Amino acid sequence: MVSVCFYFQVHQPYRVKKYTIFDIGNNSNYFYDDGDNKRNNEKILRKVSNKCYLPANAVLLELLNKYPEFKISFSFSGVFLEQLEEFAPDVLDSFKKLVDTGQVEILAETYYHSLAFLYSKGEFREQVKLHENLIKRLFGLTPKVFRNTELIYSNEVAREVEAMGYKGILSEGSDNILGWRSPNFLYRPISTKKIKVLTKNYRLSDDLAFRFSEKSWKEWPLTAPKYVEWVNAINGNGNVLNLFMDYETFGEHQWEETGIFEFMRHLPGEILKHPDNNFKTPSEVIDSYNVMGDFDVPHLMSWADVERDLSAWLGNEIQHSAINKVYFLGHRVLKTKDEELIHKWRKLQTSDHFYYMCTKWFADGDVHKYFNPYESPYDAFISFMNVLQDLELRLEKYEMMNPDEKCNLSSSNFNNIYKFNSLLNNKSEGMINGNN
Amino acid sequence: MFGWEFPPFHTGGLGTACEGLTKCLSKNGVELIFVLPKKLDLNVDFLKVVYADDNIPIKKQYYFNSIIQGYTTHKSYENKYELEKEKDLIYASNLNEEVERYGLVAKRIAEEETFDIIHAHDWLTFKAGMMAKRVSGKKLIVHVHATEFDRCGGQGCNQHVYDIEKKGMQEADQIIAISDYTKKQIVKHYGISPKKVIVIHNGTQFEEFILNEVSNLKKSKKIVLSLGRITLQKGIDYLISAARIVLQYDRNVIFVIAGNGDMYEEIVRKVSDMGIADNFIFTGWVKDKNEIKKMYSMADLFIMPSVSEPFGLVPLEAQMCGTPSLISKQSGVAEIFSNCLKADFWDVNDMADKIVAVLKYNELHKTLNENGKEEVKKLTWDKPAVRCMDLYKKMMEEVN
Repeated sequence: MVSVCFYFQVHQPYRVKKYTIFDIGNNSNYFYDDGDNKRNNEKILRKVSNKCYLPANAVLLELLNKYPEFKISFSFSGVFLEQLEEFAPDVLDSFKKLVDTGQVEILAETYYHSLAFLYSKGEFREQVKLHENLIKRLFGLTPKVFRNTELIYSNEVAREVEAMGYKGILSEGSDNILGWRSPNFLYRPISTKKIKVLTKNYRLSDDLAFRFSEKSWKEWPLTAPKYVEWVNAINGNGNVLNLFMDYETFGEHQWEETGIFEFMRHLPGEILKHPDNNFKTPSEVIDSYNVMGDFDVPHLMSWADVERDLSAWLGNEIQHSAINKVYFLGHRVLKTKDEELIHKWRKLQTSDHFYYMCTKWFADGDVHKYFNPYESPYDAFISFMNVLQDLELRLEKYEMMNPDEKCNLSSSNFNNIYKFNSLLNNKSEGMINGNN
Repeated sequence: MFGWEFPPFHTGGLGTACEGLTKCLSKNGVELIFVLPKKLDLNVDFLKVVYADDNIPIKKQYYFNSIIQGYTTHKSYENKYELEKEKDLIYASNLNEEVERYGLVAKRIAEEETFDIIHAHDWLTFKAGMMAKRVSGKKLIVHVHATEFDRCGGQGCNQHVYDIEKKGMQEADQIIAISDYTKKQIVKHYGISPKKVIVIHNGTQFEEFILNEVSNLKKSKKIVLSLGRITLQKGIDYLISAARIVLQYDRNVIFVIAGNGDMYEEIVRKVSDMGIADNFIFTGWVKDKNEIKKMYSMADLFIMPSVSEPFGLVPLEAQMCGTPSLISKQSGVAEIFSNCLKADFWDVNDMADKIVAVLKYNELHKTLNENGKEEVKKLTWDKPAVRCMDLYKKMMEEVN
């Protein structure tokens, strides 16, 4: 029996506008760039909705209605849903229609698609709670399975998430993590009691997400019957096929002209032709199958790039200095109890801001550049740091008006920033040891 | 190969580029005969031949006795001629005739030598290149490092120079442009088919320089450096407008303007009118190579605000000395150098924003510097030289 488990990640950040020294102290609008550029959040949302969300939702709705056995799951970031409410309520409705079929599960994540777990457990829990509230309000569901931003995972993440009451967690399943083991079974994160981990089958996931339209790929063009042959081959060797990918795969990363929507239209029917295949959501998978063994990931990893590490967000000094500064201000921001200010500060935690500052492949001009709304990682950093300067000015103003409230930094919840940096260094050593 | 300057006797990027290219070509087995004008001692003949030795990798160099120098203009030539004419009468009295004279010398050399390809660098040599083509029937490449439109920086172009450039481009079998930026100029202003123009970006020879001493100025101030001719083309007036804004946010910055040019006095006056003269240092020309490196190293940021810059080697040199750059998007080097800051030369607000940022955020300076250095190391002459050789081969095959 193979249960195909689809999980689609849906996220759009609030991109920071071009924010200059002239704005500091004069302009507390950080996110609303109304120019004709790649930082105009409303325009981008509209564009991606037309290319991806609306047509993909239409295909999925058609499939969910046609095949009552067809199941899927989504994880929506809170900042994405907030932008839908703000700019595109029609798109939000189309997602609600999918959820109303009862064949859709929604996963938990941080509201702000943040890296908070690495910097403050308290902030992390708070953001997961905010996300849960939002999902309840918009869809009437309470998530039971958790996925962390960019599938960032370690034993510690699993333990924390179990303590928060989740019965499952998602992880990358690449070879350097699983070794000889198959991603097509459930595992038990080491030193946890009940929680189960679902690992991404990166080959079959990436066949769709990355290789689908690649003409130099020997399997191109990929058809649904050919793909399902590979799915069927899992029978006897696994319980579940975890197909995890960005939802923007449909229509945005793989354009409509590549035939991705037609492929998807035929896929469920082809899969169900085999009597031993079915579809399950992550919760159903967890309820249906037992774990096959322990899953031990002492060091942080993610689903990004070939490295599967955190270097896309925390690979250079500008990224570290920007994110450290964000969390360094955390205690002072929370002290203000000013909801608008806190919300803005949290929007600055979205991982994308740090991704835009990535210089790893900058000179080669590859995928990171394509998705970068700034002309260079350095430009991204400058606008972001200027925004933090303004935020700090606002804090100073508040503290001057409320002298008793001035916080004592030593009692801050955010003092594990430097601890984390040293942890990252240990990690790279660990990787080397692991390879020996 | 016809040039007009070659190290150690050079004043600008052309000489440096010719050296880098010819070294790499020679290393790859291309035999070069290099001809260039050079003011020779009076007791030497009007042509001097130098053969390859440890210092010169080129098989054979011809020095042709002339007072043409790199970046000679009609006016500077005539000034020079005034100084020289008493002593020596072999030079022509104006640049037009001197360029013709270079052509005649080229004719004589082309008749005596055997070669497969003629490669001429910039307009002063185009007559020579065309003449050599006429007597030998070999194919001609003209290599465009700058056009008259760059040199005049928006002011009236010299018609005579333009005519020679255009003629050279038309008669050439192939044109090499040193950047997409220059290619566009060639297509737009000279009416040349884009198919005839191949872009081969300049390379550089990486020489790291680390300054150990810390000057008193550096201890207390942040330094922003620009280096080059003070002309309309180089955009220094935009830099001072940006500087005025920067100083409103950070008084602790010193702008060092190294170089000289026809706008020098105007710029000094403007700076003083703006009331920011205390934050400016004008050094004039700095000739000593080591001094230049020290200046690069001392700076916190190097700026190249050019209005029009066919390539622009200076930010790469600054980077070798450990200083990141803010460069004009209207430059050829911006096409191949990523790890630096970029702004439109006219956008003084953007320029000011970036200057303040790099001076304020240490990590930005550090990351730019580290990544920039790694990138510049890779921008060698190897790839450009190979592309040049591929072009030679292709052109020779066409003949056969």
